[in-house]
Amino acid sequence: MEDMILYDRLQFAFTITFHYLFPQLTMGLSLIIVYFKGQFLRTKLDKYNDAAKFFMKIFAINFTMGVITGIPMEFQFGTNWAKFSELTGGIIGQTLAMEGLFSFFLESSFLVLFIFGEKLMGQKLHLLTAFLVFLGSWASGYFILATNAWMQNPVGYEILENGKYVLENFSALFSNPWLLPAFLHNQMASLVTSSFVVASIGAFYVLSKSNVEYGKLFLKTGVLFGLVSSLLVAFPTGDWNAKNVAKYQPASFAAMEGIFETEHAGAEIVLIGQPNMVEKKLDNKIAVPNILSFLTYQDWNKQIPGMDQFKEEELPTNVPGLYYSYHIMVGLGTIFIGVMGLAFFFLMRGKLFGFKPLLWTIMCLVPFPYIANITGWYVAELGRQPYLVYGLLKTVDGISPTVSSGNTLFTLLGFVGIYFLLGVLFLILVGKTIYQGPTPQKH
Amino acid sequence: MELYWYIIIALVFAMFFVLDGYDFGAGIIHLFFAKTEEDKEVIAKSAGLFWDSNEVWLVAGGGMLFMAFPTYYASVFSGFYLPLIIVLWLIMLRAIGLEFRSQFNFSMWKSIWDTLFGISSLLLALFFGIALGNIVRGVNLGGVEGGVSVYEGHYFFLPLWDGSFSPLTNHPGVIDWFTLIIGVIAVVVLAIHGANWIILKTDSSINQKLKSIIFKLNIVLSILTVISLSAWNFINPDALSNFSDRPYLLIFPLIYFVGIIGLFFINKIKNDTHAFYLSCMIIIGGITSSLASLFPVILPSTNDINESLTIYNTSTSAYGLSVAFNWGIVGLILLVIYFIVQKRLMSGKIDHMDYGH
Repeated sequence: MEDMILYDRLQFAFTITFHYLFPQLTMGLSLIIVYFKGQFLRTKLDKYNDAAKFFMKIFAINFTMGVITGIPMEFQFGTNWAKFSELTGGIIGQTLAMEGLFSFFLESSFLVLFIFGEKLMGQKLHLLTAFLVFLGSWASGYFILATNAWMQNPVGYEILENGKYVLENFSALFSNPWLLPAFLHNQMASLVTSSFVVASIGAFYVLSKSNVEYGKLFLKTGVLFGLVSSLLVAFPTGDWNAKNVAKYQPASFAAMEGIFETEHAGAEIVLIGQPNMVEKKLDNKIAVPNILSFLTYQDWNKQIPGMDQFKEEELPTNVPGLYYSYHIMVGLGTIFIGVMGLAFFFLMRGKLFGFKPLLWTIMCLVPFPYIANITGWYVAELGRQPYLVYGLLKTVDGISPTVSSGNTLFTLLGFVGIYFLLGVLFLILVGKTIYQGPTPQKH
Repeated sequence: MELYWYIIIALVFAMFFVLDGYDFGAGIIHLFFAKTEEDKEVIAKSAGLFWDSNEVWLVAGGGMLFMAFPTYYASVFSGFYLPLIIVLWLIMLRAIGLEFRSQFNFSMWKSIWDTLFGISSLLLALFFGIALGNIVRGVNLGGVEGGVSVYEGHYFFLPLWDGSFSPLTNHPGVIDWFTLIIGVIAVVVLAIHGANWIILKTDSSINQKLKSIIFKLNIVLSILTVISLSAWNFINPDALSNFSDRPYLLIFPLIYFVGIIGLFFINKIKNDTHAFYLSCMIIIGGITSSLASLFPVILPSTNDINESLTIYNTSTSAYGLSVAFNWGIVGLILLVIYFIVQKRLMSGKIDHMDYGH
């Protein structure tokens, strides 16, 4: 049983982490493509159109990867989490099926139209297809977040005598107070990833002196989007989320902030430290007093319950993992604001394109928004433990009753092998696209 | 409401097999019959341009099945754990093969990925057929052993095979001689379907030869159909009783047989689209006939202790089904519009079409 739950969780964590490398780019990038295409219609400058088409190529590769790594996610609900699917499928099946039916179709159909239909449709309709691709990918995110919001904070359900959860109020799924802050935070975070990708390709072109004109355009656009989104991801969306966690999952809040003991006159904010689960304290702690109480409740002296206030079985099962995920996310988010702010400052003074150390920094930072996005999801998922559906259904009670741990380990190893190949393929495809660069418009 | 959702989901899955079926079939033809580099290239392209948008149907069908029949989704997906995950791997390997082949212009490189593409297409067709075979054969629900259920009555687990390969043992595996026959039928049907697709969409040099291959495969298919029907009747004597009770259901087998008979005239059919429609009919007729023979059961129980899974004992609440019907109808209309637009945009031969990647 112990092995079983471990392999099930590892397989889901591994496959969803790999999967989420792709949608986090496509969601943000689709908005930037709409911007490029819109700028082209406004200014009639070809470089904007070339940029839109270039990034749609990158989008298409990522979208395809998202599709083939996304099918296993849907399947795993049934294969590995059968009991969970049986009990809650009547509710989360709604939002997941809507995702498949509406957003997925919207995205894939208009992607095809965008790629093949420019001459056929004319420029205005071409912009419309880009917009619909954007709409589809954001709707996709919305339905997935609605599913997750129900697991974090279940609403609108009814429990039958046989233990099944059925839907009682459809609209409650979408007015869940957890949903909107989580969705906006997630979308802004994905825009951070995309801005960094756009800016770092730009930095690469400028530094390598190939496609320099495009490089400057990408840098400028990436920095503008990057500054705005990295600010918005922290405030107000990140702030809203933290307040939601404090309100609906106080035990997770204490664990992610690393508060072992309740302080009566306001809680400190931990900057650095390692959770010591034996002595129930943080080692090598650096913290600033009272800030956490102020940030959470706008009251310097408000008491925030620490982990000592909760029973062992209510606390997240992996406190250090949760704590580190949260602090990595917040730390990286702060660095992004700093780098993008600096880049914006130099951009405004007209000196960004010649300032090589900063261009190198932007180019090399590109993996980190991915890490921040993924650790952000780890915060949500580890914070919800030991539950699958917060307060209602424990993770151990959700796994498939008939699948043995040997079979799950077998499939986990298989996924690792195949995803390695997929990763190599992805790097070749994206690498070639970046190397070839945008194709200038022929007249 | 259960019935409406059942029909919708069955149609979406049938569409998935018709659409992704032709690119599986193209892979099978590619594996066995494409010899020159030009033909390989164009056949790979005829699958490569379409496979990802075809697989969107699988995602949509899976999502709706999950929503409407959660108990069924949980039972079948965990019970057929290994074959389903293997199908996922094959879907991914096929995509890898298709996308890798064109990355470097070097014949050994291409032949590796061509083989991967072909073999995974073949195995996918085989596995999907075997899956259908398992559903009509039924499983030991509850894992009954000596008159006692080991699991809850709607759960089961099947190994890939057991030593006897017989569908009549207490614990048949996923692969036995009966499901294997259905699997081979699926391979033959999709090979015919893929050949029709290649003829329709490309100017490959083997188009003429493919017509005689279709004719020969059609003979094989006819023989296999007879064998499978008698085998089915052998393992489950009242397998076909639904058709005698409700004769209007015979429309589904009729679709199947019209498809087969029509394709015997492949060399006389002038319009390639018509031939393609005939193989679509075989796929749709085959799937719907199998489902109709079981209705309202969707997974028969092979023991007397636990009752078969039906659309009524696995569905979610009436409220859930009806609220979903409202958005489902809108979604399906969009889906059909999308499908028509895409078909019109991508009509004609693809030999000279430029791919966006």
